[in-house]
Amino acid sequence: MSPHRFLALLKARNQEFLRDRTALGWNIIMPVLIVIGFAFAFGSEEQDLYKVGVQGETADNSRLETFLTTRHIQFIPIESQTDAITKVDRHQLDMLIDIPGNHYWVNSSSAKGYILEQLLDGSELQKESVSGKEIRYVDWVIPGVLGMNIMFSSLFGVGYVIVRYRKNGVLKRLSATPLTAFEFLLAQIVSRLLMIVAFTTLVYIGTDLLIGFRMYGSYWLLLTVLILGGLSMISVGLLIAARMTSEEAANGLLNLISWPMMLLSGVWFSLEGSHPLVQQLALALPLTHMIDAARAIMIDGAGPAEIWHQLTALTGFSVIFIWIGAKTFRWE
Amino acid sequence: MIIEVKDLTKHYAGLKAVDGISFTIPQGICLGLLGPNGAGKTTTVEMLEGILRPSSGTILYKGAPLGAEFRNEAGIMFQHTALQEHITVREVLKLFQQFYPRTRPLDELIEICALGEFLERDTRKLSGGQRQRLLLAIALINNPEIVFLDEPTTGLDPQSRRNLWEQVRRIKGENKTLVLTTHYMEEAYELCDEILIMDHGKIIARGVPRELLAEHYKNSILTLPADALPTDFKPDPGSSLHPRGDRVEILSKEVNTSIEHLIKQQVSLTHLLVRSPTLEDLFLELTGHSLRS
Repeated sequence: MSPHRFLALLKARNQEFLRDRTALGWNIIMPVLIVIGFAFAFGSEEQDLYKVGVQGETADNSRLETFLTTRHIQFIPIESQTDAITKVDRHQLDMLIDIPGNHYWVNSSSAKGYILEQLLDGSELQKESVSGKEIRYVDWVIPGVLGMNIMFSSLFGVGYVIVRYRKNGVLKRLSATPLTAFEFLLAQIVSRLLMIVAFTTLVYIGTDLLIGFRMYGSYWLLLTVLILGGLSMISVGLLIAARMTSEEAANGLLNLISWPMMLLSGVWFSLEGSHPLVQQLALALPLTHMIDAARAIMIDGAGPAEIWHQLTALTGFSVIFIWIGAKTFRWE
Repeated sequence: MIIEVKDLTKHYAGLKAVDGISFTIPQGICLGLLGPNGAGKTTTVEMLEGILRPSSGTILYKGAPLGAEFRNEAGIMFQHTALQEHITVREVLKLFQQFYPRTRPLDELIEICALGEFLERDTRKLSGGQRQRLLLAIALINNPEIVFLDEPTTGLDPQSRRNLWEQVRRIKGENKTLVLTTHYMEEAYELCDEILIMDHGKIIARGVPRELLAEHYKNSILTLPADALPTDFKPDPGSSLHPRGDRVEILSKEVNTSIEHLIKQQVSLTHLLVRSPTLEDLFLELTGHSLRS
């Protein structure tokens, strides 16, 4: 390992990226536009579906039975009452019903909660009130949009670029010098990681100034999630780029990976209440862990203790994928 | 001997691209590898460069297998190479300079390869000739002892080709060993001290260009339009007749005798062309097919 060669290549890669205006546009302008778009489109509204948490089996209560079959209300089975109450507090659930306990919770500042309460009228359940500040959709979606942007930047900025290098002979030219594969890959990883951290910070500050959003946790912890998450995405890109020689095939494969990741990792909507299989699948995607951890920090003010398993998963993904990617890497 | 090659083969899925060749390269010469497309010259040269792994056989550089010493002391100009985009010629040179422990001053390289006018230009905006000059400069950046040039002038206009030849001659003058592949016989004749002719993965001839020609041809070639000759035409004794499409070539033993014979047969000499044999002719004779077909 020669720091000399590594630094020279790192500098060249950074220059190449920073001078490519189209790539810059994708990395900065697109996420800002998406976030602003959502801020305007949804305003302070949530999704127009009513969400009611239900704890326990149906009891002998005909009024409640009728209520539980109301259309356009999503009834979500609840495991932990404490978590569910927090969700009512944040307007993520419009109501919580505890059937065995004969209680229901609504948020006194929630219009939807009020309407649901009127529907439930006559069921003789005991009312409990919470009064937390609402989480707007934009607060919830911003970690998702930033995570998605990091995913695309890593997969294409590392995966696609290395395959292109291989196809057009840049790798062949480099392989004929004393440069080692390790130095080359490290330069690619570090360059992209630096860019991701810099641009995500810029986009974060920019959107925060424009619309402002909720951030209850530690910035240092968020940065840790950003770095580990970025690294795990880059490592996926590296894995794909290890051997492929066709740009078209690489492009297809990258799309094949990034689209499900975008849909299943909870970028746009919560997977809560979705099929357990989908939830299991989502846990196999690094993006899920990154977004979950970022949301926990920003929305709930979570500390390291609450997100350690996401951090472990991201580290694990990074180590395994980079190891396999580096082992199988071929210049040709 | 700077390079020794023994029983080198390379197979690709049932195809023998290089079929058990052996040769040596003495220090300080310019060796030309000639052959048509698909003859195995690029495969051979890429194995010598350490880019391709041979299927079998050995390659020794200064008596040892290719290793770190070779990487530091070899300069390579590939046939098709893109460079990182959005960086300038000067930045590319500086980048490659960082890869080597021992380098040649940039000013010298800029002067040898005439890079002065486009040093600050983005590598994407270079013309074909400028690009080849930059790739040559990269090949020379570590002041190599051995330089590989894989079809350096393919696709260049005649002017750029002559300019590049000048630069290659200058490198030869520095007593470096050169290995050049080309399918331009003229290029081989101009630049190479020795040539190796390859076809179907095998070496079919080796020698000094002039000597090879002298060995195979004692005299000149006469070319005439095919319809200028009577159908039952026989050349003078010792010469031979070769149809080449709409032209015929007479491989003449002695030019004066051949021409006198043609006059005697009342053949019109209006379109007669007399020329010395070239490597192209030699190649045609050795392989039975033309170099560029």
